[in-house]
Amino acid sequence: MDRKIRVLVGKPGLDGHDRGAKVIARSFRDAGMEVIYSGLHRTPEELARMAVEEDVDVVACSILSGAHNTLLPRVVECLKKEKGTDELDVLVLAGGIIPVEDVEFLKQNGVDEVFGPGTSTQDIVEYTRANLKR
Amino acid sequence: MYLHNQVIQGLRDRKRAALARAVTLVEDGSEHAQHILEEAYRLKGRSKIIGITGSPGVGKSTLVDSLIEAIRERGDSVGVIAVDPSSPFTGGAILGDRVRVRSRTTDDGVFFRSLASRGYLGGLSRNTGDVITLFDAFGFDYVLVETVGTGQSEVDIMRYAHSVLVVMAPGLGDDIQAIKAGILEIGDVFCVNKADRPDADRDVAVLEAMLGLNKDWQWRPPVVKTVASQGKGVPELLDKIDEHLGFLKQGNLLEERVSRSYLAALEANLRRQTVEHVLSKSRSDGSLDCALKQLSEGKTYPAALARQLVEKYLCSGV
Ligand code: B12
Ligand SMILES: Nc1nc2c(ncn2[C@@H]2O[C@H](COP(=O)(O)OP(=O)(O)O)[C@@H](O)[C@H]2O)c(=O)[nH]1
Ligand SMILES: [Mg+2]
Repeated sequence: MDRKIRVLVGKPGLDGHDRGAKVIARSFRDAGMEVIYSGLHRTPEELARMAVEEDVDVVACSILSGAHNTLLPRVVECLKKEKGTDELDVLVLAGGIIPVEDVEFLKQNGVDEVFGPGTSTQDIVEYTRANLKR
Repeated sequence: MYLHNQVIQGLRDRKRAALARAVTLVEDGSEHAQHILEEAYRLKGRSKIIGITGSPGVGKSTLVDSLIEAIRERGDSVGVIAVDPSSPFTGGAILGDRVRVRSRTTDDGVFFRSLASRGYLGGLSRNTGDVITLFDAFGFDYVLVETVGTGQSEVDIMRYAHSVLVVMAPGLGDDIQAIKAGILEIGDVFCVNKADRPDADRDVAVLEAMLGLNKDWQWRPPVVKTVASQGKGVPELLDKIDEHLGFLKQGNLLEERVSRSYLAALEANLRRQTVEHVLSKSRSDGSLDCALKQLSEGKTYPAALARQLVEKYLCSGV
């Protein structure tokens, strides 16, 4: 048996910045993971549906638009609804331009970890491997 | 309750999370997979299975998007399996077909799954045949399978699909070569996409001329022009696919294709199981090491050794 780690790299909302998402997608791929890229301008509902159908271990959202406090809790909420449980078996990560003072709020709302500009992609990969939920 | 029982119950109840998990277990080669597949083989038999192949960039994924729309317009349900290549170096993959499949993401009549080829050649992943069976068991009216898209030697889809759609596009340069490489033999329906570009009509004419060389078709593959990005020509394309399926049914040829897919699945499994059996036996009793040593000393050659190992581990007791 060859258990592959699958990751959804999602771009929620109207944000058109996609360089970070692509950098992150490539680092997960280079770490041997299978990455599904959502493409730009996805709603939280769409991302949650994708996460279920693709049966991913990780939902990784990239946001640089400033709308993270609205969009990310909504992604988590939709995931719970799609999965029919409050105990999510997916790791929810976020990155992009997210001020430190918002991180606590996001964590209280179901985001597992937040990574800003300058984080080494190796750290992100290591964190992901160590914190998978299934 | 065992995981596979949970998944099987979920499949019967048509829960999409259960289908998604079943695909993962089958793709990963989990021990639960065989129980799930046993049930899936009992449930299957409803879906029309359409393979979509052609070189990268011709617009397969965009066409999938508009085919989903056309199928849903008619009120039918559709499952999509999109295969992309894995990196041969890291085993990782970026599966990007969803970028082009924009609409109907949250439509309950649609299910989309991306697969990585995981080192398997031929345009699909090793277990795509079984994944198709899972989708069929779930009861979609249509199952669309988008292959990796090397444009060449992607004959695997032929074994599993009822209808194979070959997609081409003007201006990519390599299409005539692809025709030489045998693409002409695998298509049941041909599609010249990007018909908004110059040269589309010329490509249609070339294709028609090549198909015209053969005079005794049982089924003369039609050529359809589309602009996938605008949905143009796509309902007509779906009509042609349906026509082909009707032709198969009428001539009792559908059973032939289905039995061909059983043979393909059986063959793939036999190959894997025998190779694994011989390798693990010969590894554990030291004869693999011994064989490699003989080879490096130039005492024998691989084909002869393979025959010896097969006789030793597969023919005992005969
Ligand atoms: C390049 C850029 C653009 C390019 C985007 C090109 C593209 N295709 O991506 C263009 C010129 C198009 C652009 C446009 C705009 N931009 Co701009 N842009 C930037 C800029 C300079 C760099 C972003 C970038 O690509 N960085 C490189 C990547 C690799 O880094 P990254 O995305 O941060 O990703 C890293 C980490 O954050 C993390 N990460 C990122 N995502 C994720 C996800 C996960 C799960 C994880 C684990 C980690 C992770 O890992 C990455 C690697 O370390 C930033 C400023 C800045 N310094 O960040 C502004 C910035 C993001 N833009 C900004 C703005 C306002 C705009 C515009 C609205 C400007 C306008 N008025 O028109 C438009 C909007 C475009 C749109 N449709 O959304 C603001 C956003 C302000 C805010 N959030 O409050 C910024 C911060 C500039 C500023 N200081 O004002 N922009
Ligand atoms: N002009 C034009 N471009 C198209 C058409 N269909 C797809 N494309 C574009 O062709 C590119 C490749 O499409 P994609 O569906 O990803 O191709 P695939 O690699 O075969 O799956 C994308 O940029 C599409 O937007 C079409 O009918 N006309
Ligand atoms: Mg594609």
